[in-house]
Amino acid sequence: MIKKVLFFSLIFFTITTKLIAIEPDVFVQSTVNRASKLLSEDLSKDQKIEELKLIAKDTVDIKGIGFYTLGSKRKTLNDDQKSKYSQLFEQYFLKSFSSRLAEYSNPEINVYSKEKLNENYTIVNSILKATDERPEIKIDWRIYTKIADKPLIRDLIIEGLSLARTQKEEFNSVLQSNDGDISALFKTLEEFVK
Amino acid sequence: MLKKIAIIIITTLTLTMNVNAASDEDLILKKNNPAEIEDCSKGFNRVSFSLNQGLDKAIFKPVASLYRKLPSAVKSGTSNVLDNLSNLVTIPNNILQGEFRKAGVNTGRFVINTTIGILGLADIAEGMGFSKYEKEDYGQSLALAGVGPGCYLVIPVLGPSTARDTISSIATFIGGDAWYNVSIKNDTQYFNDLDYYSSKAASGVDFRAKNYDSIENLEKNSLDFYASVKSLYLQDRKQKILNSTKIIDTQNDGDWEEFE
Repeated sequence: MIKKVLFFSLIFFTITTKLIAIEPDVFVQSTVNRASKLLSEDLSKDQKIEELKLIAKDTVDIKGIGFYTLGSKRKTLNDDQKSKYSQLFEQYFLKSFSSRLAEYSNPEINVYSKEKLNENYTIVNSILKATDERPEIKIDWRIYTKIADKPLIRDLIIEGLSLARTQKEEFNSVLQSNDGDISALFKTLEEFVK
Repeated sequence: MLKKIAIIIITTLTLTMNVNAASDEDLILKKNNPAEIEDCSKGFNRVSFSLNQGLDKAIFKPVASLYRKLPSAVKSGTSNVLDNLSNLVTIPNNILQGEFRKAGVNTGRFVINTTIGILGLADIAEGMGFSKYEKEDYGQSLALAGVGPGCYLVIPVLGPSTARDTISSIATFIGGDAWYNVSIKNDTQYFNDLDYYSSKAASGVDFRAKNYDSIENLEKNSLDFYASVKSLYLQDRKQKILNSTKIIDTQNDGDWEEFE
């Protein structure tokens, strides 16, 4: 009897897990729709920024991007420094991300294809439609798919230029200018998030 | 005599083999990897970058801001004329890179757009089904021939570059740019120096206007704007050299492994 229950439970969980797996392209389109809807609403800029932060927390692997951004320096940090860095990076990322997006009034992004790189990553291709002031922009999304029911954004690649890589080189430059001193990076981040 | 012939053959073979080896995509990719390109004159580059930022704030940004307010038809017409002119550098580089088909297509594009498209104002060729236009320059040709980028440089007024790309621009002054030849080098009575320099200034304004918000956003949200511009420039350059927008190459999976 117990064997049967176990067997059916296993089947049930397998089916349920498969059912709730989210396709990366659907995930990206629904995320941009959420952001687009919010940006077109009659809200103040500050309200929009707060709402955008919630969307980012829900859909972006901020912690993962943070450690990627730090590069090999992360290996030299102790637990306290790692924890402080994660905290500061999240604040930096959310401020930077939301203030960048809040400038757009109603961005129209259409997802048109995807390419599975491996079990962990899928690249989703999309187009930000042109306006009178700027041409059409190609945006690719690097989606971390290891947890099938919780895909996360790990990078935005705009016209082939990786934002995560740019950020990594920027952080590295701050560290290099300060002889690799992590506290100098903390200070720079603290000033940014003020 | 025989010795001389032997030396010439050996030298030619060595050079050819080097070029062949270097033309391998992986090698070109490695040589032009932004992380591998050294910022040898960081002090000079940062000063030059600050100077360019000053020029941008005083001249390019205000002009680009006005340019953005022009009707779309004027902006796309200007952009088309500038793209059309750039064919005069792209076509010889298509040939240098062995892309003879592309050279033919771009020549056809240039002839059609200059005549029917009224000096390139309208991109008639695109409407006729010509493939998407990809600009090429002498720096890209040198890179494909296996020449490494050398150090990263920020040139006053002109902006980010590399040693290779700066040196390659000499080609313009020794006959490599037909637009330069007919406007400055030779007195054709149809064009003069002002036409050439105006087209270069217009290119700068057109680029600034197209990227107006992105540049503002980047500057506002960067911890180190200089490093961001350097990274973006070198990533873009690598893509142009390889004529690829393959994003798979832009990030190494291995960089993430530790925290998966």
